[in-house]
Amino acid sequence: MFCLKGKSLITINVNEEDYELLIRPSDILLDTLRNQLGLTGAKPGCNNGDCGTCTVLVNGWPVKSCLMLTAEAVGKKITTVEGLKAAPIQKAFIEQFAFQCGYCTSGFLMVCHALAGIHPDPPDIVIDEWLQSNICRCTSYEEIGTAIRTVLDGKIE
Amino acid sequence: MIPFEFDYYKPATIQEATEAYCQLEAAGKEPVYYGGGSELISMARLGNLHFGSVIDIKAIPECKVLEYDRDNQLVLGSALTLSEICESKQFPLLEKTAGRIADHTMQCKITLGGNLASTILYRETVLPLLVADSRITIAGKDGIRDFPISRIFDKRLNLPKGSFVVRVSTEKGVVGSPYFHIKKTRNEKIDYPLITVAGIKTSGRLRIAFSGLLPYPFRSIKVENILNEFDDETVCAMEVVNFLSDKILSDINGSSEYRKFELKNTIINVLETMKDV
Ligand SMILES: Cc1cc2nc3c(=O)[nH]c(=O)nc-3n(C[C@H](O)[C@H](O)[C@H](O)COP(=O)(O)OP(=O)(O)OC[C@H]3O[C@@H](n4cnc5c(N)ncnc54)[C@H](O)[C@@H]3O)c2cc1C
Repeated sequence: MFCLKGKSLITINVNEEDYELLIRPSDILLDTLRNQLGLTGAKPGCNNGDCGTCTVLVNGWPVKSCLMLTAEAVGKKITTVEGLKAAPIQKAFIEQFAFQCGYCTSGFLMVCHALAGIHPDPPDIVIDEWLQSNICRCTSYEEIGTAIRTVLDGKIE
Repeated sequence: MIPFEFDYYKPATIQEATEAYCQLEAAGKEPVYYGGGSELISMARLGNLHFGSVIDIKAIPECKVLEYDRDNQLVLGSALTLSEICESKQFPLLEKTAGRIADHTMQCKITLGGNLASTILYRETVLPLLVADSRITIAGKDGIRDFPISRIFDKRLNLPKGSFVVRVSTEKGVVGSPYFHIKKTRNEKIDYPLITVAGIKTSGRLRIAFSGLLPYPFRSIKVENILNEFDDETVCAMEVVNFLSDKILSDINGSSEYRKFELKNTIINVLETMKDV
């Protein structure tokens, strides 16, 4: 049986690269990404699953990394905003001015990117449901909605 | 950061999981079963919960099953995430209910078993299972056993120590019944419920279960009798309110008076919607 007792060496795959890390079983994925891998795109916010600013993709699905153990990431493919590499949604955010302070942006980008991959032609209600997972205190919701729709409509290469 | 250390176990079989529990318990390692981890992590981080080891059940194949068995029962593994259940579109009322728990991203992490066993008072996924008379399969040191949900869920999931939920089974005919689901929150769409009602109509009778109204989720046969006996919707709604009246929650989300008002309107709404179904 796979088990981690005390500090242990594990391998996790982040942005298509394998990393060997020494972790505690109680480590939270968000902290490991930021503090051990230097991937600071996923932001700490509420640490409680409410705000969505720490969202990463796990096997293509959005997950709040503040509520995931690093140990759970073994055998999974993790994607952070650093792994997007000029994805259409990033271009759309710039063109639509879909951010102000930028703190929530990486979380929104990850949700939008996952949505476009999993449901390329979603009804509006699905777009709304996915976007409601994240909070933007600068209230750029209108522009964020427009940005994802331009990607889904194929208006961005 | 979680302010204490624990060990992490990921069994590949039911037997490995229950044996690990017994050994860890005997060794004083305070084991807990781990589904999505959303409640365990958030409570541990705040110091509201302590455990010495977690047993993550997500690699156990029986806990990830999503299929009809030979007896035409829809079988849902306890480690399925709410979004896996919603995307499968197999159980419309459960899809609707799970789709209104937390937000979409959290639904990709929260598991069916974790929600049924959670300490919060809402546990909304139980509502469709209560009205559908689902069966729950649990595993523990006495092996694998199967119970009608009404035997094992009374206000909360009452599992023998060291047991965990493996799967939930529901009859195909009931899964496809006409249904209703109404969730009312205080303010935001994504919030814990002020009142959630979920139900089905089967053999011409309404079945109904509630969350958010009392300090626990419940199905009431007495309420169902009222719904199925009275002709006038308003009279019927008032009977339901009167019957539940002295137990209704009053908390920061809403006073009991406000909940009664919402309950009355919700019952009228349900009766009108389901009248000709
Ligand atoms: C932002 C947010 C909003 C939410 N809103 C709602 C809401 O409106 N309504 C609602 O109902 N819920 C809501 N929830 C979900 C709820 O609060 C719990 O977090 C969730 O149900 C726990 O599921 P989990 O799979 O993550 O469980 P875990 O954290 O893994 O476990 C929770 C408990 O269940 C036990 N457990 C886990 N799996 C099993 C199993 N298979 N058998 C036996 N015991 C098991 C664990 O030991 C633990 O005691 C919300 C959660 C968040 C984060």
